[in-house]
Amino acid sequence: MVTAAGAGLKTLERELVGAIQAGLPLAPRPYAEIADRLGVDEPTVRARVRDLLEAGVIKRLGVVVRHHELGFVSNAMVVWDVPDDRVEAIGRALGEAEGVTLCYRRPRRPPHWPYNLFCMIHGRERESVRAHIEALRAQTPGLRDVAHAVLFSGRRFKQCGARYGEPGLARASVEGHDHG
Amino acid sequence: MTHGTPDISVLAEDAEPSTAERGEFTALERRLLNDFQRDFPVSERPYAELADRLGVSEAEVLGALGDLTRRGVVSRVGPVFRPRTIGVSTLAAMAVPGTRLEAVARVVSEFEEVNHNYEREHEFNLWFVVTAPSEARLAEVLTEIEARTRLPVLDLPLEHAFHIDLGFRLW
Repeated sequence: MVTAAGAGLKTLERELVGAIQAGLPLAPRPYAEIADRLGVDEPTVRARVRDLLEAGVIKRLGVVVRHHELGFVSNAMVVWDVPDDRVEAIGRALGEAEGVTLCYRRPRRPPHWPYNLFCMIHGRERESVRAHIEALRAQTPGLRDVAHAVLFSGRRFKQCGARYGEPGLARASVEGHDHG
Repeated sequence: MTHGTPDISVLAEDAEPSTAERGEFTALERRLLNDFQRDFPVSERPYAELADRLGVSEAEVLGALGDLTRRGVVSRVGPVFRPRTIGVSTLAAMAVPGTRLEAVARVVSEFEEVNHNYEREHEFNLWFVVTAPSEARLAEVLTEIEARTRLPVLDLPLEHAFHIDLGFRLW
């Protein structure tokens, strides 16, 4: 299915995205199995996967773990109200900091929501996550004195992969913590 | 994989921390989980390459990955896409009165476009990701959620990603 954001992808690439988004087959020749499904040859599939990696459409290819099931049950979304003229520099520094699993700029929605920079910290318990956040505030220039809030996660009402409207596809493009 | 599959013991013990620390993973599993979150080979027999590096057989690698997937620890072996390259998505939040939280969460989860739906400890206590094939459908889902719950939805789309995803160090 053509999407606004995906319109730049060629037809085969879109089909390939659909075929691999739920994961590669756990079989000795996974790319050959994908090729059979798409009716193309195996080298073509591998070449297109490399294209998607090179273009950055695929951020990474590998084992996608579920943090919660691995014992990282404490997950905090930390949101910051950073001056607009500094968000680029601060965002870059925060995004590169150890243990920060996401770092995104999003719009403020005044008066209820003043925060424009979001990051995610996972830990095995809350105390270590809090200590980590304090360390980030201390070491990241510009973060110490800005308003922020820490939103620990509670119940998971639903967690499954994203669906992009490709018929017959089940799940799983966006990682568990990868907030579009 | 939908969360909550009843036969997966680690999922049933959400309150219990540190599955990893309890030593429930073999040395092979720990290396598969930690060392191969990126740069998966794009070769004819990628699992055989992993096996070579780990000094085990291809069948052992496939068996271990299959087992970790069934246990819910591995979501998949495959791609993580850059957000908004193959669809459109947003992060949305609602401030839900405590007594209504479960009922509102249920309404939100009913939408197949909603793929994560979490409680968070804040005035804005319900957070979910909506992913759709088009901006029009995305807007429609948010409007329908507002209509059905009679609560406003904060729409917080990604404007810029600063983080380069290299995976997550476990050990």
